[in-house]
Amino acid sequence: MCLAIPGKIESVTGDDPLSRMGKINFGGIFKEACLAYVPEATVGDYVIVHAGFALSRVDEDEAKKVFEYLRQIKELGELKEDGS
Amino acid sequence: MKFLDEYRDAGLAEQFARELHRVTTRPWKIMEVCGGQTHAIVKFGIDELLPKQIELIHGPGCPVCVTPLEMIDKALEIAARPGVVFTSFGDMLRVPGSATDLLSVKANGGDVRIVYSPLDAVKLAEQNPAKEVVFFGVGFETTAPATAMAVYQAAQKKLANFSMLISHVLVPPAIEALMSSPNCQVQGFLAAGHVCTVMGFEEYLPLAKKYRVPIVVTGFEPLDILQGVLMTVRQLESGRAGVENQYSRSVCREGNRPAQELIKRIFKIVPRKWRGIGEIPQSGLGLRAEFAAFDAEKKFGVAETRVEESSECMSGLVLQGQIKPHECPAFGVKCAPEHPLGAPMVSGEGACAAYYRYRRQPGAVATK
Amino acid sequence: MSTPKPVEFSGACPVPISQYPHVLLAHGGGGKLMHQLIGKMFLEAFRNPLLETQHDAAVMELTGNKIAFTTDSYVVRPLFFPGGDIGSMAVHGTVNDLAMAGARPLWLSSAFIIEEGLPMETLWRVVCSMRDAAKKCGVQIVTGDTKVVDKGKGDGVFINTAGVGVIGHEQKIAPQNVRPGDVILVNGDVGRHGMAIMAVREGLEFESRIESDSAPVADAVMELLRAGIEIHCLRDLTRGGLTSALNEISEVSNLTFLVEEKLIPVREDVHAACEMLGLDPFQVACEGRFAAFIPERDAARALEILRARPDGAGACAIGRTDAGNPAKVLLKSAIGVQRILDMASGEQLPRIC
Repeated sequence: MCLAIPGKIESVTGDDPLSRMGKINFGGIFKEACLAYVPEATVGDYVIVHAGFALSRVDEDEAKKVFEYLRQIKELGELKEDGS
Repeated sequence: MKFLDEYRDAGLAEQFARELHRVTTRPWKIMEVCGGQTHAIVKFGIDELLPKQIELIHGPGCPVCVTPLEMIDKALEIAARPGVVFTSFGDMLRVPGSATDLLSVKANGGDVRIVYSPLDAVKLAEQNPAKEVVFFGVGFETTAPATAMAVYQAAQKKLANFSMLISHVLVPPAIEALMSSPNCQVQGFLAAGHVCTVMGFEEYLPLAKKYRVPIVVTGFEPLDILQGVLMTVRQLESGRAGVENQYSRSVCREGNRPAQELIKRIFKIVPRKWRGIGEIPQSGLGLRAEFAAFDAEKKFGVAETRVEESSECMSGLVLQGQIKPHECPAFGVKCAPEHPLGAPMVSGEGACAAYYRYRRQPGAVATK
Repeated sequence: MSTPKPVEFSGACPVPISQYPHVLLAHGGGGKLMHQLIGKMFLEAFRNPLLETQHDAAVMELTGNKIAFTTDSYVVRPLFFPGGDIGSMAVHGTVNDLAMAGARPLWLSSAFIIEEGLPMETLWRVVCSMRDAAKKCGVQIVTGDTKVVDKGKGDGVFINTAGVGVIGHEQKIAPQNVRPGDVILVNGDVGRHGMAIMAVREGLEFESRIESDSAPVADAVMELLRAGIEIHCLRDLTRGGLTSALNEISEVSNLTFLVEEKLIPVREDVHAACEMLGLDPFQVACEGRFAAFIPERDAARALEILRARPDGAGACAIGRTDAGNPAKVLLKSAIGVQRILDMASGEQLPRIC
């Protein structure tokens, strides 16, 4: 089961790093997830959640790279068209 | 939903498709490892956007599908015992064992419950001290951090009534087994993005080198898969064979260290039988001796039983990418989600289920 | 959609709870206890002259009209969910079926199969909800039945309602009348009802709750008819959601339907819940939603009329019909690829209606 979806941390409870829990907002739905594996994540961060556990913090800069990649392709394509 | 919907943009998908058409000059066979990726491909019709030379082969990345039949039968035996609360992820309920399935056990009075997280099972154990709570721990490396934490917490809380039936499998050994098979025609891989979120992608470097196949760690949304395919094709077209990371918003090279540490603490690597494929050495996770008290197989002393697979089920060939689901004669006829012959027809990540749901008839995707 | 008013309980449960806090087998036995239940609870709530004749059958007079007749059973679990309950559903669902034939709903029957041990207070809440829904829809509950089954043989309560409506116009609204080139409309976002139920069952919390869209649609249909809109077919989206409804009609009309994913409205939280649970919102049940097949020349006006209503703000066109055999429903996916939109195989979400 690799179904994991991104959500925003709205609040955090618990001091013990291994049992830190977060209330995650998935597009308007709140569900709790364990934050033990993302000690660096805080309120406002987006995390990828699977089976009740946050497995990674979404890197917002990296997230844009898919679109930058496309932009580069487009620009290269336009350059080639201009050139020829 | 942020970080989800923007990766489903039709215009941008079209741009990726155009670039793929531009750079592809030869036929290529690429395998997407994860069942979640298979579902996205079939649901959104991503393969229809690709140039005809690219064939996507569906891989064995469905942990429910590859759970050995013996394990399913053990689960069924335990679930039928009085005093047991058997908890599992939803997909497992309809997976056929030798004679029955969990849903039927439930219908016959077994206390079988679907949970969203293994921690829910731990909570159930705490709330029901008089019952034996068992969790069916099925999954790839993506799920191992969750099950590891459940065992860890159960141990902390000294729960005597909680145990787990573990059937975790690991991806790199499966890729190795596939690549070393003489029938293998796969030339490039889209590695599973969430597995690599946990494990990183260092393990794939030696595989890419040994078999000279490009491996691109890929996400699950249409733009992710299209970019993953494009990155793979670019390598193939230029004769390169390395590991790249498309899903960098979630995956980094070393992966999730705290998760890996807890997995190592709770589990050890064991040989594992993959349903439809056979035993792959060092391809599974089992509980370390220190946590043997939480091993449901030991606790309930379920014996190894003789297992009988349906002779008509071709799921092994589907899982290895040798055939597509609709090429199986039983597809949609004798085998359907309500009466499956094998696991891939009922798992949320099974290739057969994806085809049944989104592409029942041949030519079911109309050309634009 | 505004938060629906909570059901008003007119005073306390009229069946003395101190005496009978729970429904007993005897309450279905035909004797004193059953008559007390009927008299004090059902008659009291559904009060109307037809019901008060307390005869084996209600007798109504109709003059030269075509009538529509339908029935449905309601077995939803849990009995109460955000946005509705089994009682309001039992009224809305049958009223809506009549509306789908272009009929003005008038009279309902209501048969209860109650599980022994159901708290009397719970039954009263359900009955009050039915009373309020019936009043809102302008229908009367004129006959009924009461049975009680052993504990463990029911699920609280099952309700069957049958309904009669009159058709005061000449249009034939049926799948056979769908024509190539018809525009396919829906009156709002889809997937809410099923997800509202799943959310309760799965323990998902919401910022703003997913509420069931259980609502009557008869008034909307009557307004379309009064405005002279030509309607070829109507179908309410219940179990199996939009996908089932479209496939059923496609099969009977033997036409191809072309719909687009990005045109089909789905609320963000329903979308999120579906992503979390791995479900397809187009296969999830709705309760206050219908698909309409309208000839192109009337489509824009039909949408205007629906959108002007508070209950139709989200109405939109999602596709059109095409001449084409064999019958099939084609969906253009979010990324622009067309595929067959097939019916769900089995029960993805059990016991939601």
